[in-house]
Amino acid sequence: MTAINKAEVVAAAVVAARSSRTESWRRAIYRFQSSKLSVVGLVIVLALLLVAALGPWFVPYPEHVTGSVDLARKFQSPSAQHWFGTNEVGQDVLTLTVAGARISLFVGLLVVLLGTLIGTVLGAIAGYLGGWVDEAIMRVTDLFLTIPGLILAMAIAAALGPGIINAMIAISLSWWPGYCRLVRGEVLVRKDELYVTAARAVGANPMRIVFRHILPNIVSPLTVKMSLDMGFAILTAASLGFVGIGVKPPTPEWGALLSTARSYMPDFWWTAIFPGLAIFLAVFGFNLLGDGLRDVLDPRARR
Amino acid sequence: MLRYILRRLVLLIPVLIGLSLLTFAIARMLPGDPVQLAAGPQASKQEIELLRTELGLDRSMPVQYWRYVTGLVQGNWGESILTRRPVLDDLRVYLPATLELVFAAMLLAIVLGIPLGLAAAVYRDRWPDYLLRVVSLGSISMPRFFLGLLLQLWFAMSLGWLPLAGRFPLTEDPPTPLTGFLIVDALATGNWTAAALAARHLILPAFAMSLSPMATLIRMMRASVLEVLQQDYVLTERALGLSQRLILFKYVLKNAMTASLTVIGLYFGWLLGGTVLVETIFDWPGIGLYATKAIVTQDFQPVMGVTLVIGIVFLLVNILIDLLYGVLNPRVRYQ
Repeated sequence: MTAINKAEVVAAAVVAARSSRTESWRRAIYRFQSSKLSVVGLVIVLALLLVAALGPWFVPYPEHVTGSVDLARKFQSPSAQHWFGTNEVGQDVLTLTVAGARISLFVGLLVVLLGTLIGTVLGAIAGYLGGWVDEAIMRVTDLFLTIPGLILAMAIAAALGPGIINAMIAISLSWWPGYCRLVRGEVLVRKDELYVTAARAVGANPMRIVFRHILPNIVSPLTVKMSLDMGFAILTAASLGFVGIGVKPPTPEWGALLSTARSYMPDFWWTAIFPGLAIFLAVFGFNLLGDGLRDVLDPRARR
Repeated sequence: MLRYILRRLVLLIPVLIGLSLLTFAIARMLPGDPVQLAAGPQASKQEIELLRTELGLDRSMPVQYWRYVTGLVQGNWGESILTRRPVLDDLRVYLPATLELVFAAMLLAIVLGIPLGLAAAVYRDRWPDYLLRVVSLGSISMPRFFLGLLLQLWFAMSLGWLPLAGRFPLTEDPPTPLTGFLIVDALATGNWTAAALAARHLILPAFAMSLSPMATLIRMMRASVLEVLQQDYVLTERALGLSQRLILFKYVLKNAMTASLTVIGLYFGWLLGGTVLVETIFDWPGIGLYATKAIVTQDFQPVMGVTLVIGIVFLLVNILIDLLYGVLNPRVRYQ
């Protein structure tokens, strides 16, 4: 084979690989689109991100976000002026609900990222090294799983004291075990594959093998889990807010808003319904999206 | 079978030790000085040091842990700063109410979830399947406290069909306590009015709790029924000309249910956690409400007590589920 020929073969292979990649992308997009529910989920999530990003610029009463009150206009029912009505201190419920989107998304995202980070690192170490390290890490993981997530988060949050950062840390600390198990299992399966043995043979160090060769292969199940977890992280944060840990008023966190509004039922129902619907929509959107992503990225789970 | 049960119980011991280590660690994470908190703002330096020695908080961590664990075993779970009542006594009063709620919710989820899941699988890719898919995803996404609030608004405040909150009306005589489960007690003593009252109070909170596990069960059942339907023995049964109904109810259902059992066990823990929210909304006097009240007043021992008791109940239920698994699926028993 001449040099020119060789180059041609390589070029052809590259083109083939590229077109097969676009092909698989196109197929993935097609599969995602074919499920209308996933598209609905994607739309909800995008709308939510937009509201969170642009909210401060278009809310009708931005001063209410920082806690200013208007007692003369308390408990007004929904109207053209106040679409979602006003609450017990005359704040515009629409403004508060929109401002809450930013908090919830922020908490959800950070919890999932932090949980994934802790879980992935521990899971990769446990799966790759095996032996007593694996045993020790997995026993600790099991231990965290013996206490239901919400209760564990509550106990940790109660110990750390109030505040949104503390709530986030508390939820993350109850969140990583799922990722740890997932990553460990995948690493365990893959560490004996030929390409890993090959990498080891040419002298790649364990760090490189795990992060460059094994982890990129488990991005899909991780993405699916993260997307499904976003919804539940938002739900957990709202639950903590509702119970009275997490954020303190006047921070317009959805769960906290609902908790305050509860005492004004049933006459002033709008103070509770709209934040509640916001929580539901956010969680629903992420669940639909995650479900759709799973169908695309993890064909084995597809039925 | 007995050996299997014994082995499971022995394996429980290290897990319980781990659980106590975890709660101990969380308790020691408290920022600030717990002694100062317990002594109150007016306490002098001398008084604080005295209390520190008294509480044993000047000792080393292993010693403190040892005292904590021996205390737990001897029934000393600390006391509430607010009421000065021992936490364990409080838990004894509140736990049955929570368990009643959780069992009722689980029962509701199983009774409705399993047939609906079967239906979704049988009508796969037709409208009942799509409907159930949307409804179950929606139910999973529904915050329990918001659902509870909506139920209250609709069925209690607006229609007036069911009581708004609480476990039993204060004006009525509760049934003689036997088990702590109001309905069971009322039925056992033949007190029908009390049983009806207790049941009416239970409906809304139990439904609010059951929706999400029901939805998960529907999805699980659907997936496992579809899997079982593809097995060779189902094909054989079809070839032999067995009726669809016989195949579904006699062969498929039982095999599909074993997979769902694990979900039920896992969801039990989730339900126990969720009681905190539902009990708060419905003023249900269980350990969840007890914990939230304690958290708001920064009363730490009750929170740790509730965490511990929920962990223990969760572990026991999962052992029970494993045993049930053995009953339903003989292959597990002999491993």
